[in-house]
Amino acid sequence: MSCIALVDYGMGNLHSARKALEHAGGRVELVSTPEALLQAERIVLPGVGAFRDCMAALKADGMDEALLTRLQQGVPFLGICLGMQVLLDVSQEFGQFQGLGHIPGSVKPLPEDLPSLGYKIPHMGWNDLAFAKDREVHPVLEPLVGEQVYFVHSYYCAPENPAHMLAACSYGSFPFAAAIGLDHVVAVQFHPEKSQRAGLAMLERFVHWMPD
Amino acid sequence: MLSKRIIPCLDVANGRVVKGVQFVDIIDAGDPVEAAMRYDAEGADELTFLDIRASHENRDTLYHMVSEVAEHVFMPLTVGGGVRELGDIENLLHAGADKVSINTTALRKPEFVRQAAERFGSSTIVVAIDARRNQADDPAAGWQCYTHGGRQATGVDAVAWAQKMSDDGAGEILLTSMDADGTQAGYDIALTRTVAERISANVVASGGVGTLEHLAAGLLEGKADAVLAASIFHFGTYSIGQAKDYLAARGIAVRRSAAHRD
Repeated sequence: MSCIALVDYGMGNLHSARKALEHAGGRVELVSTPEALLQAERIVLPGVGAFRDCMAALKADGMDEALLTRLQQGVPFLGICLGMQVLLDVSQEFGQFQGLGHIPGSVKPLPEDLPSLGYKIPHMGWNDLAFAKDREVHPVLEPLVGEQVYFVHSYYCAPENPAHMLAACSYGSFPFAAAIGLDHVVAVQFHPEKSQRAGLAMLERFVHWMPD
Repeated sequence: MLSKRIIPCLDVANGRVVKGVQFVDIIDAGDPVEAAMRYDAEGADELTFLDIRASHENRDTLYHMVSEVAEHVFMPLTVGGGVRELGDIENLLHAGADKVSINTTALRKPEFVRQAAERFGSSTIVVAIDARRNQADDPAAGWQCYTHGGRQATGVDAVAWAQKMSDDGAGEILLTSMDADGTQAGYDIALTRTVAERISANVVASGGVGTLEHLAAGLLEGKADAVLAASIFHFGTYSIGQAKDYLAARGIAVRRSAAHRD
C-alpha cells in the first residue's frame, strides 16, 4: 500500500485528517515541498482557512504546479472542503481568486437569504447525501449511502459539468455539490475526518482505492 | 435535511473531567478520553470541552488533553476557557480542536472576534455568551452579558451582543442562561428564541436541561440549531441515543447513524 501524502501548506490543523487517515489504515506523510509532492503516490489535500490564503500559500512554495502535475499524471487524489474548492477555476470568496482549475467550475457563497428562511450560515452540522439514481455510487463514497456526514462551510462548489457531480446535499431547499470527481480525483465538501464511523469507512476506501 | 445537533458538554480542570453544581462542589468525574469515547459510541453529534479553571499556567495540560481526545474520536470538538490571544486559538486548533469558544476576551477586546474570524475562519470561532435576565420574571426587560461564571454584570445587552458577534464573523453562539444554568428547569426559551431569530450565526442553547422535553423545547420553541447539556448525559440520566429517540418521536430531525439504528 502506498504512503499518503497529506499536503501541509502551513495553514493550521492537519491533526484530525492525519489521525483519521491513520485510523483508516493509511500510512501518512506530511508533505510541504514540491519535490516531495512530485514523488507522492496518493494525495490528500485538506481544507483550512480561506480560499485566497490557501492558494497564496500553495503558490508561494510552487506547490500549485506540483499538485497540477500529479493531478494530470493520474495519482489518486482526495480533496476535503477547501481542498475540494481549490480544484475549481475560480472562487468568489473575498473577491475573485483563481484556483487550480483541474475541474471546470466556480466556488460561490451560499445564498444570502438562507438565514431569513431559518437556515444559518455557515451550514454547520450533519446532513444527508443524495446520489444520482441512474449512476453507480462512486466506490470511495459507497460507505456513505444512508449516512449523514459533517459539513461546515459558507461557500460551495458549482461544477460546470453535471457529470463531475458525485453526490449532492440540500440545505433548506438549496442543492449543492457535496462531492465531485473526475477520473482518479474525488473531492468532498464535508469532513470525512469528522464524520465518525461513516467518514472513517470512506477514508479507508480512499486509502485502498485503485482507480482504473 | 440538516439534523439538529445534540452536544454533550464536559467541564474540565487540569486535564480531568469535573462536575460541579453551579460552580461549587467540584468533583473529579473522570478521564476525558474515556468520556469522549463513551459519547462517541452513543452517537453524540459533537463534543464541547470547557476548561473551567482556565488558568494560563495550565494551558499545556489542556492542549495535551485535546490532542489525546482528538486521537480517539472523529467528530467535531469545541474547546473553550481561558482564550485570551489569537495564539491561544492557534494552539487549540493545532492540538485538534475544530472550534474554539471565546467568552470574556470577546467582551474585553472589541476587535478580537473579528480578527479571529478573519484569521481562522468563521467556522472555527464560537462566542460563548453568559446571559442573565434583567428582571427574572419578565423577558421583555431583556438580558445582560455576565462574566466570571455569572457573578459579574457587564452592562452589555446580550441580544445586541450576539448580533454583533455574528456580524463580526462568529460562526456560532454558545448561549447560556445563567438564570437557568444548574436548575434543571429547562432552557430560557425566550432568550434562545430571541437570539436565534435575530442572527445569521448558529445558536447552541445551553443551561438548565433536566429532561428530554427541555431539549425538544430548545429546538422547537427556542429555534436553536443545537442543544447542549451536561448533567443529564454525564450522570447517565439519559443516553444520547435515548435523547435522539425522544426528539425523533417529537418530529425533530436528528442523526441516526446506521451503527446506532436497530
